[in-house]
Amino acid sequence: MAEFTLPKNSVVQKGKTYPAPAGATNIQVVEVYRWDPDSGENPRIDTYNLDLDTCGPMVLDAILKIKDEVDSTLTFRRSCREGICGSCSMNINGKNTLACTKDMSDIDGPIKIYPLPHMPVVKDIVPDLTHFYAQYASIKPWIQSTTPPPPDKERLQSKEDRAQLDGLYECILCACCSTSCPSYWWNGDRYLGPAILLQAYRWLADSRDENAGERLDELEDPFKLYRCHTIMNCTETCPKGLNPAKAIAEIKKLLVERKIA
Amino acid sequence: MSSNNRPLSPHLDVYRLPLSALLSVVHRGTGGFLTIGTIALVWWLLALAGGEESFNSAQQFMGSFIGRLILLGWTFALFFHLSNGIRHLVWDAGYCFEKEAVEKTSYIVLGVSVFLTLLVWIVAFFFGAGA
Repeated sequence: MAEFTLPKNSVVQKGKTYPAPAGATNIQVVEVYRWDPDSGENPRIDTYNLDLDTCGPMVLDAILKIKDEVDSTLTFRRSCREGICGSCSMNINGKNTLACTKDMSDIDGPIKIYPLPHMPVVKDIVPDLTHFYAQYASIKPWIQSTTPPPPDKERLQSKEDRAQLDGLYECILCACCSTSCPSYWWNGDRYLGPAILLQAYRWLADSRDENAGERLDELEDPFKLYRCHTIMNCTETCPKGLNPAKAIAEIKKLLVERKIA
Repeated sequence: MSSNNRPLSPHLDVYRLPLSALLSVVHRGTGGFLTIGTIALVWWLLALAGGEESFNSAQQFMGSFIGRLILLGWTFALFFHLSNGIRHLVWDAGYCFEKEAVEKTSYIVLGVSVFLTLLVWIVAFFFGAGA
């Protein structure tokens, strides 16, 4: 059920402020959500004054600078630093995106960094994605086929069939879309959310997959699929420019087509 | 380390909802408001069935400033819910999902519902029974 306010232990408090280094002239204020599981305290917002003249251009550069030079206890996920691994997804100034591809010069005023919304926090800006990954596993994200593959080559696809996967295969499962979705906030325990539904459609749209019927049976559920109310936050926020809302609409269409066929 | 006391990360407080999301909230709100409106319509019909006296007092309330304000709200709610409902039909058919299309249709829905609301009220004021 929808709970619009945060539980008591999650209410965010004011934290520490770290001043800019002496002599810095190009100062950027960065506010970061912090929570230490060992402290027993509520989450807090720490404020860092960074010298941009000695910092890389992206938000991830600023976070790395904080960890390297100011506060080594800051905890976050990152890996590829080029928008392909999906590790550094977080809420930056009210929108979910990847810290590594978010240019600081696109942000006016202080940079505000929170974990992906409405998720259990492991530490600082690291959310617990266990449930998200379990939901991904539940849609069986692999080719299912009863026809044996050709003995001497891989399963071939026409160029047109392959093109059906464009806009779907690029998803890096960063969870930006799912955690931007109010329906996923309120019903994420049962609603699969935009990322997983886009993946579900990715296998429905694959010409080599032969299990569309069973996949649709699994999805035909008031919660798993139909909590999508076309709010469009997913498509608005996707850092890869994909369109999960459209993929969900295609699944709904397949279900209708199957009924009237 | 226990995972039970993990805090929930902020959501509504920090998320900057795009126009499409705000209109989705308005769609729900107008839907609920219209439900109340149908009850009010029944009340008005009952007043009509109840005879001259009850009908006059119902008319008096509806004609008062507050009554008219609520009626104006219902007119807008009806046209917004209708236009946005048509947009939902278009979406269900698989069209207009591109970001630019979503923004454009958001403004169209808003524009059409304001225009139709004004149109109805202008017609009512100049050509209605009470004109």
